[in-house]
Formats: sequence, C-alpha cells, structure tokens
Amino acid sequence: MTEPATSAPREDAGRGVQVRLDGLTRVFGSVKALDGLELTLAPGELVALLGPSGCGKTTALRILAGLDTATSGRVFVGGTDISGVAAHKRDMGMVFQAYSLFPHMTVRHNVEFGLKLRGIDGGKRRARAMQMLELVGLESQSDRYAHQLSGGQQQRVALARALAIEPSVLLLDEPLSALDAKVRAQLRDEIRRVQLEVGTTTLFVTHDQEEALALADRVGVMRAGRLEQIAPPEELYSKPRTEFVAEFVGLTNRLPAYVSGGAATVAGSRLPTLAGSVEEGRGTALVRPEQIHVRADTDGNAVVSASSFLGAISRLTVTTDDGAHLVSQIPRTSVQGVTAGDRVAVLIDPAPVLVIGA
Amino acid sequence: MAKPASRIGASLGLAPFLLYAAIFLIVPTVVVFVRAFIVDGAFSLEALASLKKASMIEITKNTLLLSLATAVVGALIGAVVAYVVSTANPNGLLRRFVTSASGVLAQFGGVTLAFAFIATVGREGVVSRWLDGAGIDITNSTWLFSLKGLMLVYTYFQVPLMVIVFLPALDGIRPQWREAADTLGASTWQYWRHVGVPLLFPAFLGALLLLFANAFAAYATAAALVNQGSPILALKIADALGNELLGNQTSVASAIALEMVLIVAVVMFAYSRLQQQTSRWLR
Repeated sequence: MTEPATSAPREDAGRGVQVRLDGLTRVFGSVKALDGLELTLAPGELVALLGPSGCGKTTALRILAGLDTATSGRVFVGGTDISGVAAHKRDMGMVFQAYSLFPHMTVRHNVEFGLKLRGIDGGKRRARAMQMLELVGLESQSDRYAHQLSGGQQQRVALARALAIEPSVLLLDEPLSALDAKVRAQLRDEIRRVQLEVGTTTLFVTHDQEEALALADRVGVMRAGRLEQIAPPEELYSKPRTEFVAEFVGLTNRLPAYVSGGAATVAGSRLPTLAGSVEEGRGTALVRPEQIHVRADTDGNAVVSASSFLGAISRLTVTTDDGAHLVSQIPRTSVQGVTAGDRVAVLIDPAPVLVIGA
Repeated sequence: MAKPASRIGASLGLAPFLLYAAIFLIVPTVVVFVRAFIVDGAFSLEALASLKKASMIEITKNTLLLSLATAVVGALIGAVVAYVVSTANPNGLLRRFVTSASGVLAQFGGVTLAFAFIATVGREGVVSRWLDGAGIDITNSTWLFSLKGLMLVYTYFQVPLMVIVFLPALDGIRPQWREAADTLGASTWQYWRHVGVPLLFPAFLGALLLLFANAFAAYATAAALVNQGSPILALKIADALGNELLGNQTSVASAIALEMVLIVAVVMFAYSRLQQQTSRWLR
C-alpha cells in the first residue's frame, strides 16, 4: 500500500531523524485499529495525525513509542528497524494527555529523571534540567511539585522532561486536550516554537483540527486505521481529496452541482473541480464557507436566516429561493448592516471544489 | 459552596454519631486517664509504677512483638495479594471475589476464628489428626495457645485487612507514570525503584501502622484462645479487672489501658500523616 499523500515529507532536513511506519496493522480482537498504515516523517518534521476517536492515531503513536506492538508491519527510525526494541531502549520523548509527572518528585527532579537513568552526573543533570525548564519558561518553578502547578505548567514540564534526554523522536499524545481554551492556544504555540528550536522529529496526535492545522508541517487525516490524506495544512484544507477529509477539516457546504468539462456548475457559478471529483454529471459540491460571498441586494436570490458575530469575520446562514441552506464566513466589514431577514445575493468564489457523487 | 442552612442540616445529621462516639469513646478515655492516677480514692502514681514491673514489661514487649510481627507479615502478604488483584480485570471475577472475601475475613476475629483454628490445628483438630496419621504428632503441643499461635491466628485477619486498605493506593498508580518512565529509559526494575515503590511506600507504611493498631487492640480472639496467663496487654486488663485473688485492680487496669491508648494514639497520628501524603500523590 502506498502512502495516500498529496505531498512528500519536508525536504529541509533538521537535526532530527527520519521515521517510517511501514504497513502497520494492529488488531484488537475483531477490531482493526490500524490497517496497513504507511507514514514517513522527514528529519525535524512535525506531523500531526488527526482523526475522530477510534481512528487508530493513538495506536500508531503507541506502536512507535514501543508501548504497544503491531500485529504486523515495521517501524524504522533513522533507517534502523526498531520494531522489536523495548520502549525503554527506543530513545523517544513522550508527552501524554495529562497527569504524567511523577508526583513525589519536584519539577527539576522530574526533568532530570531520564538523565539520571542514563548515568549523567548530578551537576550536568541539574544544568540540563534548568536549561530545559528555561526553554519552557518554568525555571522559577523548579522546586515545586506537580500538585502545586496548573495543568498548562504541568504539560510544559512534561515537554521539558521529554526533551531533556535529547530524544531522536518526540511524541505528543493529545497533550493539550485536558487544558482550557486559552492555555491550549498558548501552549500550542509554545510547543511549535520549542520543536522548531530543538529540531526533533515530532509526531503529534490530536482530534482537534485547529491544533493540527496550526502546529504541523503536514497533517495526516486518519479514518478506520488508514490515512485518508496527508498534506500541509493549507493544501489539506483547500484541496481535500475525499469527502471525509473535507467534512472533518473545517466547515463545508454541500451544494448540488453538475460537472462537465473539468468544471462544476454550482449555484450558477462555474468552479474548477479537484482531483478525486465526479468526472461527469450530477454530484454534490463541497464548498468552504469562505468561498461563499454575500452582499445586500433587494433583488437577490436568498434570505439571511441567521447571523453570528465572530470578531473580524461574520458567519451568515442564508436560504436560497430554491430551498438550499448555505453558510458563509466572510470579513465583517463586507456584510455590515446585513441582518437576519434581509434579502441578499450569493456569489461563489471560483476556487477548485471537490464534487462527490450525489 | 453549600448554603449555611444546608451545612447546619448536615451537622445535625452527624450529631447522633458524634454523641455516641463521645459517650463511649471520649468519656471512657477520660475515665481511664483519671483512674490511672487514683488508688483507693487518692492521687497516686502506684498504678503507673506497676507498669515498670518486669512481668508488665514482658507483657508489653509481647504485645508489641505480636502486633509488629503480624502487621509486617500481614502487610507483606496482603500487599502482594492486592498487587495481583490490582493488575487483574477491574470488573473480573478475581477482583470481585478477593475484595468481597477480604471484607468479610478482615472482620472474622473473636471466638469464631479461635474455634476455626482449634478445630483444624488444635489438639483434636482435623489437620492435627491427619498429621498424626502421617507420623507428625502435634496433638500434645500447646503452640496454638501461645504467642506463636496468636501470631498465626492474627495474621489470618491482618492479610485481608491489608488487601482492603492497600488496594486503593495501588489503584491510584497511573499507567501514564509507568509509560512515561518507560519512554524516558527506565527498565521495570528502575521504574519500581525510582517511581513505584517511593510512591507506594507512605501508603504501605500507613497500612502497616493500621494493622499494628488493629492487632495491638485486639482482645476477643486472644481471650478465646488463651486460658492460662495473660501474655498480652488486652488480656492483662481483663485479668486485672476480674482477679478475685488480688482484689480491686481497677487502677492497674486503667494504667495499662492508658499505656495502650497512648501507643495507639502515636501510631494513628503517624498513620493520618502518611494518609495525607498518600492522598496527595495517589488521587
């Protein structure tokens, strides 16, 4: 099976190593959690695996960490097959969802733990731990215990601890999911900054599309143990290859379309079609809300049924005269004064769209 | 936060129990404390001085040894059993069986337990007779009715008590700690040495102290088994209260009780401190 990617791993090799998951299959009883997963991470690259619960993303990460064993398939790190290597000999740093700090150790001792196991002497250990804590902005908290820290601080310490051992690969298992929205956004940016600074090849697992799109060099969307598509965030968003990817990543309008000559007619507009679309005849176009423009027009073909203020942008739900419901997400300034009940004209940006069977 | 009215309601709900505890725990403790210093109606240190007699020191040592030995043996065996249970299926038969059985057996002291042992390894016990048939004669032995016998019998309820007390601590060990240690390079041995054992140690020590106090204060089992002499403090109190030859020994009994109260108080204080530590780590 080949990797269903629209893009190859990043070329600008960092200080990290290449990671390759080769045909990983994992069966739990009658459930196939992974179904021949193929994935390659370039040195220094951050790849996010995104998907709903049970899609196999965490299983893939755990197999890479050595915490679970594949039913079949192999794991290569830096070209070496480590499929049979025990977790504690794999040299990987991992940050878990939450509560992984050792509660009987101070922050500094937590960060020093991996170094202590490697026989590094006390002075060097302490210096390295403090350097890592400085990297995550917590050097002043080094003598505290986990229960004295906030959730966000605990995850920062967990990141420092994972990086202190200079792992060949960094694994992040939904490290932000237990945090509140504001802290999550801050820590997300911090993880990216730190990862770029240390250049460690990183696999990040999440069910949050915003996190994946904001953090990763490439995002792999998983479904039923397989990769549906892997691509840089922008490409994944603007050029989804399957209905599942289009629906899972971002909002999508489903509009009736007619395809002919490599273009689709959607609500009166001619739009180029993406690879994987219906080639001829009727179908359903998956159109992003940003592609749908609305302007006040008393002779327009739609009526605004709801309007939401989202800061710099507005989200309008409109109903066309032929009964279709559309969601438009456009700059607030372009629809100032338009409210629910107003008649509007709807225009669709001629960006390529995916058209699936009707 | 609860409204003041509901807090008052909750406090009222506790009132009957607090009253009950006050009457039958605090009042006797105060009475024991006062009577230990009064002999024949006057203040005296005579009763307390009797605790320094060689025979009393011997009994105190016996009681401490019995309590410590059964606490250590019970804690070690119980911890192993609890560990096996904690690694089994949480809803499985093994866990349900062991926890239910432990709940019952931890309370299985007194005359019934003494009878169970007499009926099996006593002079006319079933096992004693089998052994006799196999050429091993223990039918004339009095070991079951000595301190050694008490140790064996006490261990029977100490082990299940340990299982009940220690299992929550083992359940509090998060799988993430093991996996984090794994990915940081810890072998199984290193994980237990640096993470598992240090985390569980306060809980283990706390449970051991509870077992110590449990054995130290036990009376009924020993009373049912031992009918000659008073090798432990609890029996000595009964002896002092009921000895017709020596006359009224209430002050001596109170002095012994006071000694026991103080020892148990120290043990329970240490236990509560360890419990605080454990609850902070193994939530």
